[in-house]
Amino acid sequence: MQLLDHIRAAQDNNDYNEIIRHIPYMDWLGIHLEKDPKDGLLAVLPFTERIIGNPLLPAIHGGVTGAFLESAAQMTIFAELGTEKLPKIVNITIDYLRSGRPQDTYAQGVVTRQGRRVANVRVDAWQDDRNHPIASAHTHFLIG
Amino acid sequence: MNLSLDAAEQMVTQAIPHARELGIEFVSLDGKRMTIKVEQQPHFIGNPDTKVVHGGLITTLLDSVSGIAVYVKTERFEPLATLDLRIDYLKPSAPDLPIYAEAECYKATSNVAFVRGQAHQGDRNDPIAHSVGSFMLSTKGHSMRQEAERELNNAAP
Repeated sequence: MQLLDHIRAAQDNNDYNEIIRHIPYMDWLGIHLEKDPKDGLLAVLPFTERIIGNPLLPAIHGGVTGAFLESAAQMTIFAELGTEKLPKIVNITIDYLRSGRPQDTYAQGVVTRQGRRVANVRVDAWQDDRNHPIASAHTHFLIG
Repeated sequence: MNLSLDAAEQMVTQAIPHARELGIEFVSLDGKRMTIKVEQQPHFIGNPDTKVVHGGLITTLLDSVSGIAVYVKTERFEPLATLDLRIDYLKPSAPDLPIYAEAECYKATSNVAFVRGQAHQGDRNDPIAHSVGSFMLSTKGHSMRQEAERELNNAAP
């Protein structure tokens, strides 16, 4: 099966974890989606020893936090825009606000602009309190 | 304290658990330019149809090599924190070829270091991604610094 088939199945069943399970890197990091009790979808990055970047603090590797933000943004496009093509990242700008402590991290994105070819997505990642994000990113994806 | 080649290599390959997990290898330290690489692995893939690696992997490589480039520039083992990182994805990665990430810290003040980097697959003139990042220096107190130094001294052969 091609990814497109999984994307269609995910869109039909409104279960975007179906897509993640077929994107090896996201699946390997254990990223998955949960229903946000407030609204929409939450992306979850479960804490594991292997995502540690600084063993002294310890803290999650900033690159993994960035990868998580990018993944969450990508899934936001699927969920909000109903696109059938895997969005291709053009660029990402990540602000690191706090160190990622050794615990699960959550993220939620919002499509701030949708053009014919490009979508802009903002995404925040947090741990205990979504009003105190550990990182925030804005991203551009090709969706055409 | 000078950052020896051995210590730089040790930092890349041993000190960072996630870097170990990815199998990041030290390639070279050429002046202030630090280069690392990874061999591709099936779980790096971001698009199962084309086998292009996920952008997040590139982010991790560039974040890692940029941080080390700061140590190379400042020659101080002090904890640092990424302030921001911007990555432009210039073209999709080719399957199977290793991915190189290189970075150079072109300015460090007493508080902030500025780094540019790029990722490529063997041809430095044909990058797959470009990055700019800034780092806050000496982010933790004295005891933390001593601990980091001790750790790195022990790690370095």
